[in-house]
Amino acid sequence: MNKLQKVEQMVIEQALALRGNTEIPEFGPGDTVTVSLRVIEGDKERTQNFTGVVIARRGSGPNQTFRVRKISNGVGVERVFPLYSPFIQSITVERRGHVRRAKLFYLRGMSERKIRRKLHQD
Amino acid sequence: MAALLGRKVGMTAYITDSGEYVPCTVIEAGPCPVVLRRTLERDGYEAVQLAFDPIPERKVNRPLRGHFAKSGVQPHRYLREIRGIAADVGQVLTVEQFAPGDRVKVSATSIGRGFQGVVKRHHFGGVGMATHGQSDRTRAPGSIGASSFPSRVFPGMRMAGRMGGRRTTIRNLEVLQVLPEENLLLVKGSIPGAPNALVEIVKLS
Repeated sequence: MNKLQKVEQMVIEQALALRGNTEIPEFGPGDTVTVSLRVIEGDKERTQNFTGVVIARRGSGPNQTFRVRKISNGVGVERVFPLYSPFIQSITVERRGHVRRAKLFYLRGMSERKIRRKLHQD
Repeated sequence: MAALLGRKVGMTAYITDSGEYVPCTVIEAGPCPVVLRRTLERDGYEAVQLAFDPIPERKVNRPLRGHFAKSGVQPHRYLREIRGIAADVGQVLTVEQFAPGDRVKVSATSIGRGFQGVVKRHHFGGVGMATHGQSDRTRAPGSIGASSFPSRVFPGMRMAGRMGGRRTTIRNLEVLQVLPEENLLLVKGSIPGAPNALVEIVKLS
């Protein structure tokens, strides 16, 4: 392991310690996940959940992000979360999806029903 | 005042305690023994000569071997003089001189870019549009001066030429973290030079 990788590992560990060392489950594109997020409004802090399908993961080292898409009141919403952000309280996998691609941007043009069919063909 | 020589390792992201992502450069710095001390009385100015990156004696030519022997320091690959620093010969400077939150300036030789045009080198906008018969000058410098008066081009006119590969200093960089066991320094933002380049780090007071 070279020096840069060592530093990246250390930065990741420091960031995870800030969030209380919650484990990050294995997840990938196609999986449905719930992300609990610490939201700070003024001086109040609360937890917000975001549930949707992971449609992409990108980046390396401390700079990894994942993109979650859900359909909220008929409107498609996508959020990009930094994987090691201290604002994330937990990531839980709700349902695994079967996909053959790393980036699922093609889901954007599909209806909820079609997405379900596509991801969960069992 | 504190100063060190080091080697640029590379860049990555850093996550601060407040959860902010900031760009970060990793520098492997020191330990740097002081080989020579310049004093006001003898040399007219205050400075120290620092050494970095130890190498076996057989790799050093005779004049330098003598220079290192005089100060009792093992031969090193790099020697640089840094002004305005006071330290005794034989003293070893390390990253422990720095603490998170310190402001530093970092000097190094910037990445050489060869002969570059005026758009890349001086941020000129180029001339004209890409269509309507003038696509042959989209990256041209345009006019370089007036006509019969002054009948010459003024000195210092910005033109195409060699870019980069010069000594560049970036000031007011924040130290994010210091790792004494690894001799590493994490600095916020970018610094000049390619990975493995020699860099000089000076603390700003």
